[in-house]
Amino acid sequence: MSTTTVTPEAVEAVIFEALKGFGVEEDLLSRDAEITALDIDSLDLAELAQVLDDELGVEIKGDDVKGITLVSDLIDRVVAKAA
Amino acid sequence: MSRVVVTGVGAVTPLGVGATQLHEGWVAARSGIAAGVGACSDFEPTAVLSRKEARRADRCTQLALGAAHEALEQAGFGPGLPYDATRIACVLGTGIGGVTTLEHGHDMLRDRGPDKVPPLSVPMMMPNAPAGQVAMHHGLRGESYGVVSACAAGAHAIGAAMRMVRAGDADAVVCGGAESALTPLTHAAFAALDATSTSGISRPFDARRDGFVMGEGAGVLVLEREEDAIARGATILGVIAGYGATSDAHHLTAPHPEGEGAAEAIARALLDAKLEAKDVDYVNAHGTSTPLNDRAETLAIERALGDHAREIPVSSLKSAIGHLLGAAGAVESIATLMALRDGIAPPTLGWEEREDGMELDYVPGEARKLVTRDRPPVAISNSFGFGGHNAVVCLQGAAA
Repeated sequence: MSTTTVTPEAVEAVIFEALKGFGVEEDLLSRDAEITALDIDSLDLAELAQVLDDELGVEIKGDDVKGITLVSDLIDRVVAKAA
Repeated sequence: MSRVVVTGVGAVTPLGVGATQLHEGWVAARSGIAAGVGACSDFEPTAVLSRKEARRADRCTQLALGAAHEALEQAGFGPGLPYDATRIACVLGTGIGGVTTLEHGHDMLRDRGPDKVPPLSVPMMMPNAPAGQVAMHHGLRGESYGVVSACAAGAHAIGAAMRMVRAGDADAVVCGGAESALTPLTHAAFAALDATSTSGISRPFDARRDGFVMGEGAGVLVLEREEDAIARGATILGVIAGYGATSDAHHLTAPHPEGEGAAEAIARALLDAKLEAKDVDYVNAHGTSTPLNDRAETLAIERALGDHAREIPVSSLKSAIGHLLGAAGAVESIATLMALRDGIAPPTLGWEEREDGMELDYVPGEARKLVTRDRPPVAISNSFGFGGHNAVVCLQGAAA
């Protein structure tokens, strides 16, 4: 587990970096972006969960991301889960 | 019964990206083999795929998508499909599938534990991934599946596709094969079987041959009914005239020593094409450069074609690009169609020494003109696989 503090800023940085690696255009990335607009699907979320576990030690399951629409929702869920 | 014609071909091979590169390279006796392997060094996946698509595809699927892009473009399948999407099928073979992905996933499991195995492992390594991904990428909504029959998979896929079109189950079928297995595990495993060449030289039918040289690549063809192709103004590149397939039921890896099952497959392909042995102008051999295959195949060709076998050219593309395993049959049918179009028998590179009892004309040195007849030339293309699978495609050039 990493010793990085799980702040919203840290979560955002990890998520943005991972999504860029998944092929999402950098200029589309923002907290207000809609998940669907970034063409993120269930496979991306499964990969992202692994990255979040690796980088921040936060375990995210499918149920944790149910019903989210914005990138900021995702960041909030991860921060809440880490608390 | 309608004839089944080819209206698009695409190939990514050690001779380059494109069917023309394959054809011209082989006819010019160029080798795509370097340091004992046939790698597709010129292939850049993002030339036809988004970064996201590329990272979700094992290299074998990337190669399939590259070849399919070329074949469908040539056939005039985009933008906008010429048939109802649910009437366009996709059948692609592979010998091993996404083994690069499998090995990486296993490394992660062993070194970092089960939680670190990539979630994309299964969808990338499954042997039906090339068929599924090509169908998805091009919006083909008819029947689609992968064919798994080792080194006969590419030819089996063409056979299955031909039957679908003939039966009216599909208006068009995108078919072929893909392979990328130049991995440590696969190399070690074939070497442990003494199947691969220790010299790193692919010289099919030569007395000094010592095993196959592994290659990677993909070949994709678009098949449809002749009258439909003519009606929509497509260019006809050749005809899939017949198909025959059998099993040796003899040994897990060794061919029947007299080529019995292979000969039966050749005979069935000709029967299916309503042709006779004397009609065959060229044999595109499986010719792996293994001691066992090349002898058994020679006997099979003689058994199936009789005295005529020694009067026609027989050559192996594997001399130029190595053995593409599950892609071989598809790539070889494409190279054969293009050779028939030009009335040429391409050479078996490296053939110099005759082995006793192997008396066919293996086309050493350079390409040769086929004997001209009053109809387009006819060829058979042989593919045989571990497991005793034999699949033979009978091809005819397009009418001038």
